[in-house]
Amino acid sequence: MTRSLTGRASQRPGSVSRPRRNWREIRAAYGFLSPWIIGFAVFTALPMVISLYLSFTDYDQINAPDYIGAENYRQLISDPKVALALRNTLVYAVMYVPTAMAVALALAMVLNRVGRAAGFFRTVFYLPVMTPTVAAAALFLLLLNGQQGLINRSLGLVGITGPNWTTDSAWIKPGLALTMLWGLGGTVVIYLAALQQVPKDLYEAAQLDGAGSVARFRRITLPMISGSLFFTMIVLTINSLQMFDQAYTMFFGGQQNSTYANDAALFYVIYLFQQAFGVLHMGYASALAWLLFAIIIAITAVQVRLSRRFVYYEGER
Amino acid sequence: MTVDRRSFLLGASGVAALAVTGCGGVSRQTSKGTTTSGGASSVTTQGFGKPDEVGQARIDAFKKAYPQVAVRINEGDFDPQQFLSSVASGNPADLVYLDRGLIGSYAAKGALQPLDDLISELDIDTGQYREPAMKQVTVDDKVYGIPEFYNTRNILINGKALREAGMSPQDLATTDWDKLHTNAAKLYRAKGSKVSRIGFDPKLPEFLPLWAKGNGADLVNSDGSPNLDDPKVIEALVFAYSLITEQGGWSRFKAFRDTWDIFGSGNEFVKDQAVAFPWEGWYVNVLVQSSPNLDLQSIQFTDRQGKPASFCDGSAWVLPKGAKNAKAAGQWMKTMTATDTWLQAGAARAQTVAKNKSMFTGLWTANVEADHQLHDKYVKPSGRAGFDQAVSNYYASTESAFAINSSKAGSEIKAAWTDAVNRVLAGQQQPGQALKQAQSEAGKAYSAAK
Repeated sequence: MTRSLTGRASQRPGSVSRPRRNWREIRAAYGFLSPWIIGFAVFTALPMVISLYLSFTDYDQINAPDYIGAENYRQLISDPKVALALRNTLVYAVMYVPTAMAVALALAMVLNRVGRAAGFFRTVFYLPVMTPTVAAAALFLLLLNGQQGLINRSLGLVGITGPNWTTDSAWIKPGLALTMLWGLGGTVVIYLAALQQVPKDLYEAAQLDGAGSVARFRRITLPMISGSLFFTMIVLTINSLQMFDQAYTMFFGGQQNSTYANDAALFYVIYLFQQAFGVLHMGYASALAWLLFAIIIAITAVQVRLSRRFVYYEGER
Repeated sequence: MTVDRRSFLLGASGVAALAVTGCGGVSRQTSKGTTTSGGASSVTTQGFGKPDEVGQARIDAFKKAYPQVAVRINEGDFDPQQFLSSVASGNPADLVYLDRGLIGSYAAKGALQPLDDLISELDIDTGQYREPAMKQVTVDDKVYGIPEFYNTRNILINGKALREAGMSPQDLATTDWDKLHTNAAKLYRAKGSKVSRIGFDPKLPEFLPLWAKGNGADLVNSDGSPNLDDPKVIEALVFAYSLITEQGGWSRFKAFRDTWDIFGSGNEFVKDQAVAFPWEGWYVNVLVQSSPNLDLQSIQFTDRQGKPASFCDGSAWVLPKGAKNAKAAGQWMKTMTATDTWLQAGAARAQTVAKNKSMFTGLWTANVEADHQLHDKYVKPSGRAGFDQAVSNYYASTESAFAINSSKAGSEIKAAWTDAVNRVLAGQQQPGQALKQAQSEAGKAYSAAK
């Protein structure tokens, strides 16, 4: 403060004040940032640039890449498997994201009422996140088996004949969406934290005004946690569009030497992986990666734009 | 350390694919010695898996013959991503162990080194290996691999179920397709939507080459070009698929098949969940250990004229591009597949068999002489007539088996026909439509690879 006043005092009348740069602090800041900056440059930015270049080449990972212009991108348009994989991925995302948000919110609201035992249940709900995806996928192959799986047996107890979740093309994506609910612990914890931040006096005031529980949920809870809902919607959408390990384990690589696969589970990143490492089309796979990147950016941009209407940030307005 | 342009691009592109898409991918294994060249006095392997007593005995034989060479085994199965990354970075293992069906595509792309000079230098007798296996490792008259195992297919039968149905093994012969279709339907059991027994499993998609051969057609022509829309191939798929539709349809059929405890004492034969299917010879060894009292019966797979027609495949040792210790690798290949080495492996297996009070069911090697000697020395009547007959059938089929012809687009052709069969199984396409599409896809890949 003293320095500032001194500085201002020495300026001529009418001149614009400009804070002096402390180069020592700036250097220190960059020093602390440098591990991340170097990591980002070497492991993200540079490979992305090279991948962009490779997407314009015919490259099999063994021989030098040949520049072929936009041929890979032209091929993307005419490749029926790209359309199939995109359709599968988007359908899955539409199925999974709202379901996951609803289930996670319901669990978080239950946890929010549990009281002292909340810590225990929070840990229990989060534990599945720590389970290796491949192990969980193998487990769900058994649980979802249409003939003898536990899920269909349970449905059978209430008179429902369950579908063949893992082999019927129409039920593969719903089955996978169900499977992925297993790892919702992280989202539950985020919602729980958000719910605990909602001021209690808002509920009390609403109750005094005669608002019922549904009205309180719609008018207070949802707006107050809309920031968290928006964040998880973005993250879950991106994760859904990048669906790989669970589906790959369950439908493409589960059994050694098995050649069975189902097109209903051909997600975009699985097709990208097959092109890159199955048939050695790394140039084409790079183009596929950039198309997915563009799609994710576009969807996220739309979501961010919509969020301006629906998301409330405390203190912003 | 210098990094060449291609290595740089590969590493960067691999990271980029993950970075751009955020895909977790399959991590490269980092076992010690996996991708580092061991220099003049060591060999590193990739894809050899975890050796059993048969593998260990042969490793020991190599170590005894070449005590100065350090052996480093990477105990992971073959991983294309790991293999290609190591080749492209110029730092591959000295030896790679993989499916012979992959050799054509990798050789065409330059990922493998031809072995002809090494074979001459080390005086490896390629005449000792079975001819179909040698055809699989030969591309453009150059040898790219040394064949090791040799798996053939025959039909294994649940004798108890068959007897109860009043049938004989010949009622499930693949000579008369109409009769087989009728009998498979008779043996199938279901209650409502729940399948309780499969009568005959045609093992699709993987055994389409067998059904096609049974109908007189090859999926890959002798010049390496695809032959997927041959009317005989289409007819074979129509028939094999009809066996599944007759037995509940694919969704139920596959879901039920997934519940089998294939390697356990409660396997599909013991639990009467299956009556018959074609399978590789190694499965007899599994069955005799898991369910030694099983009433096993078997017949050879035949074409429609009644001639045995088993299809074979197996593994091979190859030398990746950039391998730095070719001579030691060649010595390994020679030793691991030599007749004497196989006999030592046979002795190790015989010891295990004696310890488990089991029976010797064959090692199924690609070395003709070794197989004959192992048979003469260890295959004896076991008191289990069904198992003995099964072993006898597999030995017979090794003499008449065929291999899928090698092709520079072998991987792409296989992907095309397996995708086609999967589309049929999923009900998305009719067999003719699916195989015509597969022929188009495979044809383009073949033209590009030529």
